Amino acid sequence: MAGDQELKLLGSWASPFVIRARIALNLKGVGYEFLEEGLGTKSELLLKSNPVYKQIPVLIHNGKPICESMIIVQYIDEVWAAAGPSILPSDPYDRAIARFWAVYIDDKWFPLLWKIIIAKADDEETAEAAEQVIAGLQLLEEAFEKCSKGKDFFGGKSVGCIDIALGCYFGWVKAAEKMAGVKLLDKEKIPLLMGWAERFCSADAVKELMPEVDKLIEHGKMVRARLNAAATN
Amino acid sequence: MAAAAEKGVVLLDFWVSPFGQRCRIALAEKGVEYEYKEENLSDKSPLLLKMNPVHKKIPVLIHHGKPICESLIIVQYIEEVWSHNPLLPSNPYERAKARFWADFVDKKVAECGTRLWKLKGEAQEEAKKDMIEILKLLEGELGDKKYFGGEKTFGFVDVALAPFTAWFYTYETCGKFSIENECPKLAAWAKRCKERKTVSESLHDPHKVYEYVGKLKKKYGVE
Repeated sequence: MAGDQELKLLGSWASPFVIRARIALNLKGVGYEFLEEGLGTKSELLLKSNPVYKQIPVLIHNGKPICESMIIVQYIDEVWAAAGPSILPSDPYDRAIARFWAVYIDDKWFPLLWKIIIAKADDEETAEAAEQVIAGLQLLEEAFEKCSKGKDFFGGKSVGCIDIALGCYFGWVKAAEKMAGVKLLDKEKIPLLMGWAERFCSADAVKELMPEVDKLIEHGKMVRARLNAAATN
Repeated sequence: MAAAAEKGVVLLDFWVSPFGQRCRIALAEKGVEYEYKEENLSDKSPLLLKMNPVHKKIPVLIHHGKPICESLIIVQYIEEVWSHNPLLPSNPYERAKARFWADFVDKKVAECGTRLWKLKGEAQEEAKKDMIEILKLLEGELGDKKYFGGEKTFGFVDVALAPFTAWFYTYETCGKFSIENECPKLAAWAKRCKERKTVSESLHDPHKVYEYVGKLKKKYGVE
């Protein structure tokens, strides 16, 4: 299959959005060329393939670019439908629920986590953001109970849409805990999600993709420094 | 009230909401009968709070008693349940493109539009520049096609953007610019949308929208 199709993924090892695309490709057993974009630089190919946002990830399939991580995941699910387990559920209502939580995670929950990562010092805002991140995880704990129906993943027997949407951030959650000195992952508060996280991170399609937390902390500090420098200029 | 929500299709909505209008247009395009329920956003109904506990926002589609939230997710649900007259193309690459541009409308148009009517001075000027850039990008995607979906298809991106055409007059008046001058192809597309029954019956008169924004301005102490 890799012989007659040209598949490239523009990304970075640290980006949770890129990890999503790679998990999806792994689930389908599809080979691809990974092109690493450096922090603070954007290649010609990236600028040409994603002129609107100039951001990774970009999947380039036979020369045609697909942008936005969850759109890429759905594309992979549709093109290689027969090659591996379904990432999105087949029932329209279940699909709507999966899409709902993916949007919630990206639009409401992740910005709070990001606030913690780039915060300058331990201040009130960080503590408040941490509380909201935990509250969000508790909502997701309830969602997990409903969606998994007693099975291993949000997607049931195998890794699905919500698993990918949330799981990709797991390394960053751990990094945020260390960077800000806050506890976000509490077995008492989110017992089901803690069990799920372990299974997710050790799943075949995922295990080699999750970055080391110490490397993420280093990376996070660099991003934080660049943002703070830009703010003062 | 609970009995009505158990059967068929119910839409919890707010008259001027472009997000709600996307759902109305999609339902009309598919010829689906539904019950429309107007929400008072300063006094949200128990049904709305029960059906969308996470965001407490309209629109919410209730089908056989089960809620679907977020306008583009609702439109995709409608597309998948009532699969005749498809809004999305069958080719996966074209589908990805349509999803990308609908998502672009979601990320950019409403936020910029709000800055345009809410802010003054330099901030408003910046909002105007941003809006023109956003509309030009969309015009680039439209090209010479009749609709974003193609020559014959009023598609997913058309549904996502059409409700905002009722806000063009407000954007132009607040920002003091002409969409026809800046983006003639997009302005022509907006006219074609208005000629479509499913759109004209879902949108309100642009002057009514402007009047509504005037009330919002007073409420937020802008002017």
